[in-house]
Amino acid sequence: MATTPAKKSASKKSSVSEDAARANRERPTEPVPYKATKEELLKFYRDMLLIRRFEEKAGQLYGLGLIGGFCHLYIGQEAVAIGLQSALTPGKDSVITGYRDHGHMLAYGIDPNIIMAELTGRAAGISKGKGGSMHMFSTEHKFYGGHGIVGAQVSLGAGLAFGHKYANDGGVCLAYFGDGASNQGQVYESFNMAELWKLPIIFVIENNQYAMGTSVNRASSEDQLYRRGESFRIPGIQVDGMDVLAVRGAAEVALDWVRSGKGPVLLEMKTYRYRGHSMSDPAKYRSRDEVQSVRDNSDPIEGCKAYLAEMGVSEDALKVIEKEIRKIVNESADFAETSPEPDLSELYTDVLVEQY
Amino acid sequence: MAIELKMPALSPTMEEGTLAKWLVKEGDFVKSGDILAEIETDKATMEFEAVDEGVISSINVAEGTDGVKVGTVIALITGEGEEPAPAPSPKPVASSPVETPAQRAPVPTMSDTQPIETSSVTANGNMQTVTLREALRDAMAEEMRRDDRVFVMGEEVAEYQGAYKVTQGLLDEFGARRVIDTPITEYGFAGVGTGAAMGGLRPIIEFMTFNFAMQAIDHIINSAAKTNYMSGGQVRCPIVFRGPNGAAARVGAQHSQNYAPWYASVPGLIVIAPYDAADAKGLLKAAIRCEDPVVFLENELLYGRSYEVPMGDDHVLPIGKARVMRAGTDVTIVSYSIGVGLSLEAADRLAEDGIKAEVIDLRTIRPLDKATVLASLAKTNRLVVAEEGWPTCSVGSEILAICMEEGFDDLDAPVLRITNEDVPMPYAANLEKATLVNVDKIVAGVRRTFGV
Repeated sequence: MATTPAKKSASKKSSVSEDAARANRERPTEPVPYKATKEELLKFYRDMLLIRRFEEKAGQLYGLGLIGGFCHLYIGQEAVAIGLQSALTPGKDSVITGYRDHGHMLAYGIDPNIIMAELTGRAAGISKGKGGSMHMFSTEHKFYGGHGIVGAQVSLGAGLAFGHKYANDGGVCLAYFGDGASNQGQVYESFNMAELWKLPIIFVIENNQYAMGTSVNRASSEDQLYRRGESFRIPGIQVDGMDVLAVRGAAEVALDWVRSGKGPVLLEMKTYRYRGHSMSDPAKYRSRDEVQSVRDNSDPIEGCKAYLAEMGVSEDALKVIEKEIRKIVNESADFAETSPEPDLSELYTDVLVEQY
Repeated sequence: MAIELKMPALSPTMEEGTLAKWLVKEGDFVKSGDILAEIETDKATMEFEAVDEGVISSINVAEGTDGVKVGTVIALITGEGEEPAPAPSPKPVASSPVETPAQRAPVPTMSDTQPIETSSVTANGNMQTVTLREALRDAMAEEMRRDDRVFVMGEEVAEYQGAYKVTQGLLDEFGARRVIDTPITEYGFAGVGTGAAMGGLRPIIEFMTFNFAMQAIDHIINSAAKTNYMSGGQVRCPIVFRGPNGAAARVGAQHSQNYAPWYASVPGLIVIAPYDAADAKGLLKAAIRCEDPVVFLENELLYGRSYEVPMGDDHVLPIGKARVMRAGTDVTIVSYSIGVGLSLEAADRLAEDGIKAEVIDLRTIRPLDKATVLASLAKTNRLVVAEEGWPTCSVGSEILAICMEEGFDDLDAPVLRITNEDVPMPYAANLEKATLVNVDKIVAGVRRTFGV
């Protein structure tokens, strides 16, 4: 159950059937929580913990002046990237997101060193230090960034999906965007074309409740964002984005729908970011109590821990993982701090591919 | 009293057309709304309806006649029974579109007797005469045959055969998978194209005009131009954004703007603005094969003009190389797109006064072929830029800066920008004419560099 702060239907896990009744159209089946094996669940835990500790460290490095500019942390939203991306087929499906992209990179198992080195603007960074926190890519993993213009990744993602369909490669594109982006016009232009052309794309709204400092209800006339695809005949599912098994369960349903050629689907992930919009956000628009309440009641990592305990995994086993993660993160910070900045000769490289 | 039926103008830029078919004959009674004839423009076949009631007393232009100028009397109608009051003779609707483009864009290779729309069959040695519109279509078709990753997407590109008929026939040959009609959704489909390019395809995105690309400029600049750099060379974006740019005729301020300077200011983009059909074809083929994002700026007024184009499907030109269109020793006129035709005509006029002007067609605006410009300046010591666009922060401004920074010692006179007036494009025919750069203005500008 979603336990995010009071919202009209925050207590609802999903509303597929309600919409289906209204629209009298075929709908994806009601998602059920994913039945993870112990090994899978342990991996989810480990991956989420890596994002949590990595982001905490990035916050520290920002405070030390080692990371500059904008830095948007994923703390609190870990279950979304892990639950969804664990369901994809590596090398076949593509992913694209906005500027809050560290977690999505880590979810791929990409070396934390080169991600952290990108944050500190070093030559070893995944974008050679030229992209920074908001602009990271890994074509090897079919991860297409890392985009700083709110909503742009939705149209670009539709283009990636168009490519999957054109090449008939069986791939699906997962396009993440936030509750803020869900008010951008191009999102709806993309919805229209995606459904019209039955593109294989899963639109994922990571509804973390605040578009910078503006809460969803202050910005959205329809604040139940899973309904935002309705007038394009895109089925929407609202999901508890704080529960990795609920997220993964929804991913399975969405992938089935899209892979069977039925066109796009929209997942609204009800989630929460614990930190400010970016590092420079004092977060005066919400109370400490609100944040603390989410942390206490619906933290995705604590939730996962509880599932593990039910499966008989001991506290000690988890402590071993915790220790291992801390080591990896500390090493990535050391690497990112000590590795050299890009050579000045790199200034004019990669502007164009060819010579003219 | 007979009413004159005149060849109508059926598009803002139509100068003449083919009287394809008469649907009435002499002696027929017609009433308002009856279809009289089918008229083929350079863009489409249109039905021509009767406005007045009466009897067709004579048909003055036989069906099948090509090159009927707008305003030509094609038939006469006599009112039945009574003598109808002289109907306001159908105002030569198109008198201004006729004269304006004709004066603005003389084409040296086109003789007066040659029809504007020539099909690709008139071959001459290794050259063939084709319209610029056909050259663009041929470039796309050839590249689509060569590479399955190439596709065309835009408004009305498929079933309608192109708003300006540039994509004519592509749907028939390549099918709906590769020739894709979009909704009216520029921002969206520019993003879809850019994403598809990032994912490995080779999209050609047609904007009905570049004025509408303002809605999509975010993807052209923020997504297409910058991602290769931001990703440290990982994510390429081999895409072509193409469509008509600059002023057409009498379409007002929001449909008449030259975006070359806008895009040319952006690192990460290639900007091409061809003048004739051979360049349009050779450079569009190069653009489609290019690994970088290209903004390809066409000109609607040139679409219907015929030029010589090399035969065969291997006519690919280098990007980033200007062309000396006419050699001269006394002054250099630098231009691009439709301005090149005006500059060549200005050079003819100047030659009558003994001034030998060298005319350079930039062809690619970014990266700019500075070497060719500076070499010409070193020879002539005088330079003007002729540009169909605004003067402020223009391509002309850039050329001027280059001449100051790198050619100062070669200058015998200030470099001048001969451009449109610095106003939104007016609609009134006389004001529009006064706004646009023309041969007279170029000739006068060149003379100023000689102090006359």
